[in-house]
Amino acid sequence: MKKAFDPIQNYQETMKKAGYVPRKEASQEDYDRIGFMSGLEVHQQLLTKRKLFCHCPAGVLHSDDNYNAEIIRHMRPTLSELGEYDGTALMEFKTRKNITYRINNESACTYEIDDTPPFIINKEALEIALEISMLSKLNIVGEVHITRKQYLDGSIPAGFQRTAILGVEGVVPISNKDIRLIQLSIEEDSCREISDIGHERVYKTDRLGMPLIETVTYPDCKNPEEVKETCDYIRFLNRSTDKVRTGMGAARQDVNVSCKGGSRVEIKGVAHTKWIPELTHNEAFRQWSLLLIREELNERFKSKDEWKMDYTRLEYDAFSITHQPIKLAKANGEHLYVVKLPGFKGILSHFTQPEKCFADEITDRLKVIACIEKPNMVHTELAEPVITGADLEIISSIMITDQENDALVIFWAPEDDVKTALETIEERCQMAFDGVPEETRKSFENGTTIFERVLPGADRMYPDTDSAPIPLSNEYIDTLGKQLPVDVSERFKQLRDWKVPTDTYHYILSKNLVPVIEEITESLDYSPKFIGTFIGQTMKYVEGHYSQAADFNYNLLISMFRFIQEEHLEKEIAKWMLPHLYEHPNMDFPSILETIKFKRSTEDNIMKNVPLLIEKYEKEGRKQCKTAEKDWISGQLRKQAIGNMNLKTLANNIEALIK
Amino acid sequence: MSEDLFQGYKGEALELLKKYHVRVWGHAVINTTRGQFEGTVLPRSENDDDKHIVLKIITGYNVGVDVSTVQDMKEAGFKKANYAIPEKEFPYTENLPHVKLFGTGGTIASRLDYRTGAVIPAFSPGELYGAVPELADICNLDTEKVFAVFSENMGPKQYMSLAKAIGKEIEKGIDGIVIGHGTDTLHHTGAALTFMCQNLPVPVILVGSQRSSDRPSSDAALNLMHAMKAAAESDIAEVQVCMFGPTSDEYGLLHKGTRVRKMHSSYRSTFRTIGDTPLAMISRTEITPIKKTYNKRRSDKNVVIKPFFEDKVTMLYYYPGMSADILDSMVDMGYKGIIIIGTGLGHVNKELYPAIERAQKKGVHMFMTLQTIWGYVQMFVYDTGRDMMAKGIIPLGNMLPEVAFIKLGWVLGQTNDPEEVKKLMLTPINDEITEREPYNGYLVYQGGVPEVEEFIKKVHK
Repeated sequence: MKKAFDPIQNYQETMKKAGYVPRKEASQEDYDRIGFMSGLEVHQQLLTKRKLFCHCPAGVLHSDDNYNAEIIRHMRPTLSELGEYDGTALMEFKTRKNITYRINNESACTYEIDDTPPFIINKEALEIALEISMLSKLNIVGEVHITRKQYLDGSIPAGFQRTAILGVEGVVPISNKDIRLIQLSIEEDSCREISDIGHERVYKTDRLGMPLIETVTYPDCKNPEEVKETCDYIRFLNRSTDKVRTGMGAARQDVNVSCKGGSRVEIKGVAHTKWIPELTHNEAFRQWSLLLIREELNERFKSKDEWKMDYTRLEYDAFSITHQPIKLAKANGEHLYVVKLPGFKGILSHFTQPEKCFADEITDRLKVIACIEKPNMVHTELAEPVITGADLEIISSIMITDQENDALVIFWAPEDDVKTALETIEERCQMAFDGVPEETRKSFENGTTIFERVLPGADRMYPDTDSAPIPLSNEYIDTLGKQLPVDVSERFKQLRDWKVPTDTYHYILSKNLVPVIEEITESLDYSPKFIGTFIGQTMKYVEGHYSQAADFNYNLLISMFRFIQEEHLEKEIAKWMLPHLYEHPNMDFPSILETIKFKRSTEDNIMKNVPLLIEKYEKEGRKQCKTAEKDWISGQLRKQAIGNMNLKTLANNIEALIK
Repeated sequence: MSEDLFQGYKGEALELLKKYHVRVWGHAVINTTRGQFEGTVLPRSENDDDKHIVLKIITGYNVGVDVSTVQDMKEAGFKKANYAIPEKEFPYTENLPHVKLFGTGGTIASRLDYRTGAVIPAFSPGELYGAVPELADICNLDTEKVFAVFSENMGPKQYMSLAKAIGKEIEKGIDGIVIGHGTDTLHHTGAALTFMCQNLPVPVILVGSQRSSDRPSSDAALNLMHAMKAAAESDIAEVQVCMFGPTSDEYGLLHKGTRVRKMHSSYRSTFRTIGDTPLAMISRTEITPIKKTYNKRRSDKNVVIKPFFEDKVTMLYYYPGMSADILDSMVDMGYKGIIIIGTGLGHVNKELYPAIERAQKKGVHMFMTLQTIWGYVQMFVYDTGRDMMAKGIIPLGNMLPEVAFIKLGWVLGQTNDPEEVKKLMLTPINDEITEREPYNGYLVYQGGVPEVEEFIKKVHK
C-alpha cells in the first residue's frame, strides 16, 4: 500500500533539499553556494522647515483621527515616457481600490492632493541632499530634472512621486570592501497608511511631501552581514551632516535580494538595520526554494503552456462545514470555489521560508491583488487538514481529480472579486514554472516576508512637465563642497586609534557623536578613549533607561565635563550625574551634585576610615580573605569616594593597608 | 525630408553633439569633470538653455549634463522611443445610444511634447478605448478631430465650425454629442455654442480635464465617462459643461453653458455655475437633476444653427483711476462693441464719461457687466449708474462678462442696428440672464450639493 502523503514531512524534506540553515549557522560557503546577492535603497528624511514642493511645514505629524477633511481618488495606469505601461501599475489597477486621504489643514495644502501644481523645489533640502551626494562620492549631475515616478498604490494622491537624481556612480567603504552606489535622488515622502481592508485603503497626508533622499547601491553585498554594515555606513554618513531627521520612520530602507538564477526582490520599509541579516538570509533561501519548485514542475510538465488549472463553484450546502472561516464566508454571502492545480501535489507544502510554504505565496497574493482578507483559502496540503476525505469525494464528483498528483485550493470571496482571485491563483502558479517573480515584499520582525506588489521597473518614470530643470553650476557645487563634514570612514579610524571599544561605534556614529568627543578631549584634559567609552556605554545606557527631556542635547556633555574638570572632581562622577542631566537638562550642575548627595572630601579624609573598617571586618569574624576584605571596605567607602577620588586608587590603597 | 537628429538642441549643446556624432535617442557615454554619465540622449525643450544635454539613465530617471564639464562622449547605440497610447477598436454594442465625440485638443487626452516640454493632445476612439475601456459600456462611440488647439487658442472661427459640425451630426440622428476641450476657455465655448446651436434636440456636452491624462490621478477618465453618460442618456438637451463636482473622484456636475465659469486655476472642481444652481449631478450610475426646468430631449432634428461672429468686439475691465484714453483707443481701433466690466452694481468713474459719449456717437455698442461675478447690474441705485445709462451703456442683468462678450460678438455678426442689438442682447437664449436668483445659487458649495443644502437649511448663512 502506498504511504499517505504527509505535508509536514514534505515541508521538512524540501527544506533540507534547499539546504536551508538558520542564519547563525550559515557560513560564507552557504551564501556562495546559492549565490547570495544584495543591495540597498536607503531613505532618509532631511531636516528642513518646509516640505519639498510646497510651503507646508515639514515634520508636523498627526494621529490617525486628527483630520479636517477626506478626499477620494482612484488611480489609473498611464504610459511611461517611452510609451510602456508599468507592471505594478496594471496590478494596482486590477485591485480596484477606493483610496481615501485624510487631510489636516496644518500639515497639508492643495498641493498634496494634486490640486495645485508644484512650487519651486525647496533649496534648503536640495543643498542638504547635494552635500550628502558629495559625501557619497557621487558624480553630481549638471542639471536636475524632476521626474514623476508612478505609484498606483495610492501612497501619493497624484499617483506619482516627484523625484530627481542628484548624482550617479558613487562609493561607500565597509570594513572589507567598497560598495558601489548607483545613484542618489531627492524625492517627496509618501503618505502614511492608516488601514487597508478589502477595497478600502486609507492614508494620512501629514508626512506626504517631506523632503527625503534615497541612496541606491549596486548588489555588491555577498552575505547578510555586509548588507547591514553597508546600511549602517550610509545611515551614519547621512547623520554626519547633522541636517537629517532622526526618530521613528525618519530613516528606512528597502533591501534588494536575489540568489543565483533568482530575481530581484525588494523587501520594503525595513525600519531597523538589525533586521536586515535575517530578512536577506531568508529571502535568498526563499528564492532558492522557488527555483527547486521550478525544477520540479519542469520535470512534471513539458512546458508551462501545457499546464492549465481548472475550477468550479461549490455549493456550501453540499458539505458539512466545520471550518470557521468558511462558515463565516457562507454567512457573508461570499462565493466558494475549488481550484484544481494539476501536478501540484507536494508543491503547496514545499518549503519557502521558516514556517511558510508555497501556498502562502498564493494566499498573500489573494489578499493584495484580489483584496480578499485572510484567511481566504484552504488547500489539500495543510498540516491540519480541513478538506477531508468526504469533501474530496464530493469535489471529485463535480470535478475529476487525480489525488495522486493534483492539489486543490478552496477559496471564498465576494462575487465581484472571484474573477481577479482566479486570475491571481493561475498567474502565481504559472510563475512557479519560471522561478522567482520580481516583486516587492513586506517585512516582519521575525525575518519573514509577504508579497506586497509587483516590482516596478523603469517604465514608471515620466518627466515632470510642471517644473523646469535646475542647473547646478561648478561654482555652486564647489561652495557646497567646502562645508562638508568629516568622512565616516575617517570617523571609524579615529575611534579605532583612540581604542574606544568596537561595540560602541554603532551608537556613537548613529548619533554623530565623534564631534562631541573631539570637542571634550580637545578643550579639556580627558582621553578620547575615556570619553568615547563613556558616551558609547554610559550615555547609551542612560538613553535606554531614562526618559529624555525635550531640551536635552549632546553638547551638554561638554559642559558637564568642563564643570567636573573645573571643580577638580574625579571624572567617574559623570556616570552618576548623567541620568539627572538627561532628565533635567536645565538644572545647574551644583544642584545635580546635591541631588546625587555628593559631599566634598579629600583622599586623606576618606582613607582615614580604613583602619577602623579593617578592625570592624576582623571583629565581625568575616571570611578571612584579602580580596573579600578589600571589596567590603571599598564598598563601605564607595559613596564618599565617588567624585572625590578614583575608585581604583581607593581599592589599591585599601589593599596596601590590609596586612 | 530629413529627420531632425538633434531635436530641440541649439548653441553649445548642439555643437557638442555634432562634434562627437551623438544623436537624440542615441545611447551616450559621456566623460565629464564630474565623472561619467551614461544613458539615452533625450530631446530638449526649446525654451531650455543650450548648456545641458539631457540623458535618460538606466534607472529611468532623467539627468542633465553640463556641456562645460564634458571631456568626451561617444554613441554606443541607438533606440528611438515609440510613444503611442495602445489602440483598440472601439466595440459596437447593439441598443446602446450613439455618441459623437469631437476633439478640439486640450488635456482630455494628451501626451508629452518634447518641443515645449509640456503636454500635447492625442486623440482617437481607439486610443480613448485603450485608455478608458469603460466607455464601451456607456455608448457606441464615433470620434472626429475637428481641430487640435489648446483651449486658449480656441476662437470664433472654431466656434462656428463646431456649431456646423454639431448641426450635421444632429441631422444624421446622433443621440448625443461630447466635445473634448481644454479647460481654460471651456465656458466661452459653452456660451458660443448655446447661441449658435439653438433648439437642440440632444445633449451637447463639453468636457475637459484639470489634470492631464498622463498622470494616474487624472480626472480625464471619470470626466469622460460622465460626459458620455450625459450625452447618451441625459434628458437635458442643452449645451452643458461636465466636470468634477468635488475634488474627490465621486461625482460630476452638469453646468449650463451660459452660466458656468472656471473659478480656480488648478483645482479639479474648478467649474461653478454662477448665479444659479448646476443643472444636475452625475455619477457613473445615475443622473440626478438639481434644476427642475430644462430643455428636454426630443426625437426631431429641428436644431437651428446660427454660426455668426463679429471679431471687433472687446472687453474693458475697469479699475480705479482708469483714464479715458483706453476707451478712446478701442474706439479708434474700430471696435464695434465693448463689454464693460464695472465695479459693484456696475460703475466706472466720471473721467470716462467724455470717452463714453464719444464712443456712443461713433455707434459703438456698450454693455455693462460685473466684476463681482455674482449678482445683477443695477444702475438706478446711484447717480453714476443713471448717468451712464443716459450715455448709452446698457446693463446686462446677471449675464457673466465672458458670456456677454461672446454674445455681443455673435449678435454683431448678425446685425449692427442698435435697437436690434439691444433686443437680442437682452433676450435670453438659455438663461444667460435669469429673472431670479435662487437663494441657494450663491450659497451652494458645488462640491457637496446635498450636504450643503442640508446645512443651509439649518444654519443661517
